[in-house]
Amino acid sequence: MSFRVEATTDLGALHLDVDLDVPSGRCLAIAGPSGAGKSSALRVAAGLLQPMVGRVVSGREIWLDTARGIDRRPEERRCGYVFQDYALFPHHRAWQNVAYALRDRPRGSREPEARAWLARFGLEALADARPATLSGGERQRVALARALARRPDVLLLDEPLSALDTRTRARASRHLADVLRESQVPTILVTHDFAEAALLGNEVAIIDDGRVVQRGSASQLAAQPATAFVADFTGAVVLYGTATPDSDGTTLVTLAGGHRIRSTDTADGPVAATVFPWEITIEPTGHRTPRSTQNQLEAQVLSITTIGGRARLGLSGAASLTAEVSTTAISHLDLRPGTPVTATWKAAATRLVALDS
Amino acid sequence: MKQARWFPPLLFAALTTALCFLTLPIVAIFVDTGPGELLASLDDPAAVDALTLSLWTSALAVGIIVLVGTPAAFLLATRSFRGRDLLVTLIELPLVLPPAVAGIGLLAALGPNGLFGQALDDAGIRVVLTTTSVVLALTFVAAPFYLRQAESAFSALDRSWLDASRTLGAGEATTFARVAIPAALPGLIAGLALAWGRALGEFGATLMFAGSFRGVTQTVPLAIYERFATDFTAALGLSAVLVAVSGAILLTVKLATRASPARVLPR
Repeated sequence: MSFRVEATTDLGALHLDVDLDVPSGRCLAIAGPSGAGKSSALRVAAGLLQPMVGRVVSGREIWLDTARGIDRRPEERRCGYVFQDYALFPHHRAWQNVAYALRDRPRGSREPEARAWLARFGLEALADARPATLSGGERQRVALARALARRPDVLLLDEPLSALDTRTRARASRHLADVLRESQVPTILVTHDFAEAALLGNEVAIIDDGRVVQRGSASQLAAQPATAFVADFTGAVVLYGTATPDSDGTTLVTLAGGHRIRSTDTADGPVAATVFPWEITIEPTGHRTPRSTQNQLEAQVLSITTIGGRARLGLSGAASLTAEVSTTAISHLDLRPGTPVTATWKAAATRLVALDS
Repeated sequence: MKQARWFPPLLFAALTTALCFLTLPIVAIFVDTGPGELLASLDDPAAVDALTLSLWTSALAVGIIVLVGTPAAFLLATRSFRGRDLLVTLIELPLVLPPAVAGIGLLAALGPNGLFGQALDDAGIRVVLTTTSVVLALTFVAAPFYLRQAESAFSALDRSWLDASRTLGAGEATTFARVAIPAALPGLIAGLALAWGRALGEFGATLMFAGSFRGVTQTVPLAIYERFATDFTAALGLSAVLVAVSGAILLTVKLATRASPARVLPR
């Protein structure tokens, strides 16, 4: 049982044109900035939005085919939809919310079945609670239980973690990853966070301005971004410059400020050079070990943001850089805003993406 | 930092003034009417007839309004279409219409010489000066109050609730009955209370369209007006009864809303 959604439509200023297919048991994560058309693609799949031209096929069932005039109503499409703010019915208790998805079962079995679903999500004690009294994480699990209780042929998750606070999100995302691993149905998950897409999706499609710009495994996208947008979105530092092939087989990139860096990629002409923050090491200024296989830029520490045991350094210099280092390195090097440093990274870690000149 | 110390007392004074002005006439009615007179006014069979007529015609009018108005308001709130604003304005027009104009309008439409007068006459239906005309007048005047309130209650619903219901296998009708109405219930009940209050107090349109015939078209406000010219004490007593009944309805509805679980709105 695979799932495929093709849609072409105009949504205000946005022109949506996507073709997404997911094999059964797999999760395709659609990642992109807000307003890129991610949620609209899900709404087309569920029948909540009618595209100008489109086709939605679940297994052998055709849910939508504008060319043949087929358009099944949302209630006739078996999809488990988790909405961004979970859309739990406020006047229903948790178990009644789940039982709402069990309308096709005999009346008497709905309540026990709904409670059993909640128990599977560790919520048996909260089955009688109303949504307003539940925490964000609990609401998310009720919404997930309700979507799965429908026994859907496809699971559609619209930003399932974005309504949660940072601490809850980490636990909820592990839980969701487990649920998706067990799930046998194709899943499309929409997120604006590449890390979330990488964690939850077997495959990631980056969508921008209504189109899929690149699709592949998360590590593929990060290592070989097809466009500067993908590089930027996957969290890489992006530096713009002009590439010229060097005699030793490497490529020399002259940055906008006149500085030069090297890459083992080949390119000629305007490029975006990308490097991941964790590839960049920080040393005190003047502590130079110049080698042709390494890039170095002088910079000043602009900001320090710690996340767990790691810290993100915002650097300003010939170009803006982001480096990720351990918190011990911060205290070891006595880094603080204003400290001059040398940022070093390998030529081999520098990816080049040709730009249209 | 200098605090504006005069502002809170000003707010307090404004509220006190409003409260005094609005409650004074009502207090006066009860002060002027002793409990004895209040009961005596209920001894008058004409007053009892008026009260009975008022209660059932207004209840019937409100029933019709809720039955037709709820789906109509849902449609207005959930679909956007060309000319929607114009439609809403047309529906709200009776709110600002003087009751006398409403009465004239109803006569012009359904009266013997009105637009549909001949058609109704041919069908053997007589509307004017019957109890039917009372219900029609009350419905016409009170409906906009309910429609407006219901429309805003449905508009305030989270659209994703309705979408979620559909993706969970419920059709549009089930979604309307099981999600939209329960979630909008406090607003719907508030609208019902407003419409009922307006219907109970209706005077002008009823007088012009239905007349004031005891037991047939004479509602409490009309009965009060009739007594006003001849027997002020009786008018006062009947007024007190109407205030008590209207107040009781408003209070019951408010309490019912508070007890309703649907009051638990998200965030």
